[in-house]
Amino acid sequence: MTHRRIPYIILAPGLILLILFLVLPLVSIIFPTFFDGGFTFSNYTSFLKDEYNFSIFWRTLKISLIVTAICVIFGVPTAYYISQSPKKWRSLLMSLTLFPLLTNSVVRSFAWITLLGQDGIVNNGLMKIGLISEPLTLLYTEFAITIGSVYLFLPLMVITLVGILENIDSEIMEAAETLGANRVVAFAKVILPLSVPGIIVGSILVFTGTLTAYTTPQLLGGNRNMMLATFLYQNATALGNWQGASVIALIMIVTTVVVMKLFNWIANRLDKRGEARA
Amino acid sequence: MRKNVGLRIFACLVFAFLFIPLIIIVVTSFGTSSTIQFPIEGFTLDWYSKVFKNESFMNSFALSLKIALFATVLALLVGVPAAYSLARHNVFGRNWIKSFFLSPTIVPGLVVGYSLYQFVVIQFQFPIIQGLLLGHFLVCLPYVIRVVGSTIEQLDFSIEEVSWTLGCTKLQTFSKIVLPNITSGIFASFMLAFINSFNNIPVSQFLSGPGVTMLPTSLMNYIEYNYDPSVSALSVILMLGTIVLMFIIEKTLGLASIS
Repeated sequence: MTHRRIPYIILAPGLILLILFLVLPLVSIIFPTFFDGGFTFSNYTSFLKDEYNFSIFWRTLKISLIVTAICVIFGVPTAYYISQSPKKWRSLLMSLTLFPLLTNSVVRSFAWITLLGQDGIVNNGLMKIGLISEPLTLLYTEFAITIGSVYLFLPLMVITLVGILENIDSEIMEAAETLGANRVVAFAKVILPLSVPGIIVGSILVFTGTLTAYTTPQLLGGNRNMMLATFLYQNATALGNWQGASVIALIMIVTTVVVMKLFNWIANRLDKRGEARA
Repeated sequence: MRKNVGLRIFACLVFAFLFIPLIIIVVTSFGTSSTIQFPIEGFTLDWYSKVFKNESFMNSFALSLKIALFATVLALLVGVPAAYSLARHNVFGRNWIKSFFLSPTIVPGLVVGYSLYQFVVIQFQFPIIQGLLLGHFLVCLPYVIRVVGSTIEQLDFSIEEVSWTLGCTKLQTFSKIVLPNITSGIFASFMLAFINSFNNIPVSQFLSGPGVTMLPTSLMNYIEYNYDPSVSALSVILMLGTIVLMFIIEKTLGLASIS
């Protein structure tokens, strides 16, 4: 019967488009990086052996990790506050969190240029109150990339967490307090473990987002503080080094996938621990 | 629950962190001096008229709207049937296919743009604009699969069975029963995909050429050489657009549905 083929026929256009315009293009740029006379990993080993290249890879990992940690530290209490607010307040706070997220990332990075520049608002303010006599170099530093990325991804973390935290019964917290835990202990021992799934999902989004972001490092980092994405772009356009760009592309994809698997593995371990205790 | 003052102050500080930079942009867009200053001296709307007179902004704005619209519609045409098939049919390797449809989110946007540029534009000599459309289609598709897919899963399957029993063909059932019931999901995924395509930079970064520049890219290029309040003014216009979209979503579906 032809009926059995119908599901595949309606899936086909999407599958074909994805294979033609996602898979094939990726294969076509990455395949050649493994051949140099014969099959070889040498493009990858020599890329990572180069001190300059490795420093960019390392900087990207480091900044992504710091940004993720900051987003967790600021995101969890904020999300908890939103999830415990009265319903009317909650939707207002959610809209306020969504708004930056839906605002263009160029706009959000530009805001930090006006704040952190030599003649920017932070420097001018600090000089006016006499804390510093010369403008500090804040823009085009790793600090600028970090704060810009936190600004970019903190709302994503909060939104992800609110969804999870809303389902935690507030009576659990009261029970913990009745049983003698003070609020901080109760938060650390009850709410935090229960929010682990949300923290993991949020961290994956923030980490991979920072790792692959292009706009913010380009605008706030400048050429001295390149990240993998900006380095890929520079290799492909300014240096005309297509091979190098393709090597970076695969490194970015592999790092993203490895990090996702790693975070999920950690989440599973933590979940099992929770089960064993319960 | 008792009020927790410490937590409230913490949340207020986080929201201040999120909004002060945006408020500063809004304020600086009205300043009279030719560089960005805060606090501002004087008040003018000149920067706004400069934005509207700037041809590259206006052209790239029109292109961004068009690409986002076409890419979203294409993603819906391809994605809604696929999402239906994945939700309702016992397809071989279903989970695998589903994650394949979501995979454009795993590949970094800049890599998508780069590989499309190499493959479609350089190797097969497609016009850039087609590569751009395809890239944005890839951005949009996962939203359609995810949002429409979960809407279909929430729809009671027995309603469709009743419709078949009463003599509707599968196609009639889909258009008369399923489609009207998943409009909210389609609308939500349309909005999400559209906003993300419109705001996306990395995918378009390689896929631009003479006369083919998306608005965020042209804004970014402008920032690299200029530092004047017309960027603030354009930013404010984009923020107003975001507010309008959020208002529409809130009135039709509730913002909760997109988060």
